Amino acid sequence: MALLEVENMHSYYGNIHALRGVSLTVEEGEVVTLIGSNGAGKTTTLRSIHGVLPPKEGKVIFDGKEIQGTPAHDMISRGIAQSPEGRKIFSRMTVRENLEMGAYHRSDRDGIRTDMDRVFELFPRLQERIKQEAGTMSGGEQQMLAIGRALMSRPRLLLLDEPSMGLSPVLVERIFDIIREINAQGTTILLVEQNANVALEIATRGYVLETGAIVNSAPAAKLREDPKVREAYLGEI
Amino acid sequence: MDSIKGSSWQSRLAVVLIAILLVALLIQAVANPGQFVSQLLIGITNGAIIALVALGYTLVYGIIELINFAHGDNFMIGSFVGLTLLAGFGIFAPISGDSGTFIKILGVLLALVVAMVVCGFVNVAIERIAYKPLRNSPRLAVLITAIGMSFILQNIGLVWKGPAQVPFPELISSANIFPGDAIIFRWKDLFVIAATIPLLLGLSYFIKNTKQGKAMRAVAQDKEAAAMVGINVNRTISITFLLGGILAGASGVMFGLFNGITVFNVGFTQGLYAFTAAVLGGIGNLTGAVVGGFLIGIIGSMADQYIGVRWTAIVIFGVLVLVLVFRPRGLLGDRSAVQGGGE
Repeated sequence: MALLEVENMHSYYGNIHALRGVSLTVEEGEVVTLIGSNGAGKTTTLRSIHGVLPPKEGKVIFDGKEIQGTPAHDMISRGIAQSPEGRKIFSRMTVRENLEMGAYHRSDRDGIRTDMDRVFELFPRLQERIKQEAGTMSGGEQQMLAIGRALMSRPRLLLLDEPSMGLSPVLVERIFDIIREINAQGTTILLVEQNANVALEIATRGYVLETGAIVNSAPAAKLREDPKVREAYLGEI
Repeated sequence: MDSIKGSSWQSRLAVVLIAILLVALLIQAVANPGQFVSQLLIGITNGAIIALVALGYTLVYGIIELINFAHGDNFMIGSFVGLTLLAGFGIFAPISGDSGTFIKILGVLLALVVAMVVCGFVNVAIERIAYKPLRNSPRLAVLITAIGMSFILQNIGLVWKGPAQVPFPELISSANIFPGDAIIFRWKDLFVIAATIPLLLGLSYFIKNTKQGKAMRAVAQDKEAAAMVGINVNRTISITFLLGGILAGASGVMFGLFNGITVFNVGFTQGLYAFTAAVLGGIGNLTGAVVGGFLIGIIGSMADQYIGVRWTAIVIFGVLVLVLVFRPRGLLGDRSAVQGGGE
């Protein structure tokens, strides 16, 4: 049984029909990526799965249970965390407070400390900045914090929205190394990325989203070879 | 004040006006120090009450960016609840100035606590009934609703106690604490200060250190991110209204005991001053609301003494305008403490 199963999900922004029947599955331990152009509905898909924008139709099945309609703030205790688009860190709180907020629903102090240490192992830079106000950090550091905050809930499924946005190529490479590491430590990842090149490099499988619907899905290696994908998303002619 | 550097003639004029006021004040202070200190103390006491109400405006603004116009009227409800309780409900004898000291202390504490609880829940109910359904509407809709709630509460007050001023029992002595008449600081004043300080410290501790306080700051900064980390945003907003209501209830009773009267529209005038204090300090900023409250209290008492009571409102709003010329976001407005430190 898949960890996450999305069946025929429809979502709206007001009257705009943003998702027109998205279906996808994520198996335990995978890195699955959603690629597509601007406005294709990648972020909307994550928001709908996460309950931030509850889907109007369709099913979201996580770990065997239907979770569509569950409010976003209950998702974290079910094991879903998100590092959202635009990072959305708490900019006027310190790095430590941000990480503590990531473990908001937990009360096991020792476990929280262990997980914070784990985040610092992945992102040593965050430990150096532990007392700094998060909004004063660089874009790359803020991205690390957003991912770190999501990890603080010890999620089974991590939703990553555009982790490469606004970062230099060197930093992008580093962040993706760390994402790979997080996955190796046992967290399943659903990754939304504009930068299809790097995304397909670390993903096991990929889905191509166009105007609110899945138009193609295949193992990542196969998608990289697909001429249509190469032309549209990998910047090759 | 680095903004003076590139200053326009308006801001220069503002500096000159504030300087003239301060010099005039200084001359008076030197001429009669006892009177000056007494006025200062009165200002601090009045300011404490204004600060408590101002915190309610700023807390709510900090979290949902709404000016809760009904807040001042909730303050009035608080004073009415306290008054009704002290009158005894017919269950026990009315507590008056002639009661024993122990009964008086008990009465004051009871009035404070009950008013805090009632106003807290009134505020939560207002949010649930009137503001929550409009969470995603244009901001103007909620603002108009807030004004509507203000009128509703005022009319409840009007029906409850009538249009005339109602007297509060003299439970706290108006006698001077210091011997002689040089400096006047009454037991009443001490009561207000003594009741305000623990409330301010408690609020500050709550916001800075408790899990719920941190959740409030997180919601103030980014509601969606707060929900993603598992914070129940609606509940957090309710708790913010609860806190604001608690402060309004306490200050309502304090106002009644201090001034000896209350009236159905006291929330409008006091609310206006408190709102001004919140704006002066930088709305959304908790420290700002307290600073603004004390400033307005002091400015008011100084204007009462040295310029004339009829001019007090003009002086207070004049200072507000002058400050906003320099710092459009208020004295501490460049940094929101609800969202940040919360000291």
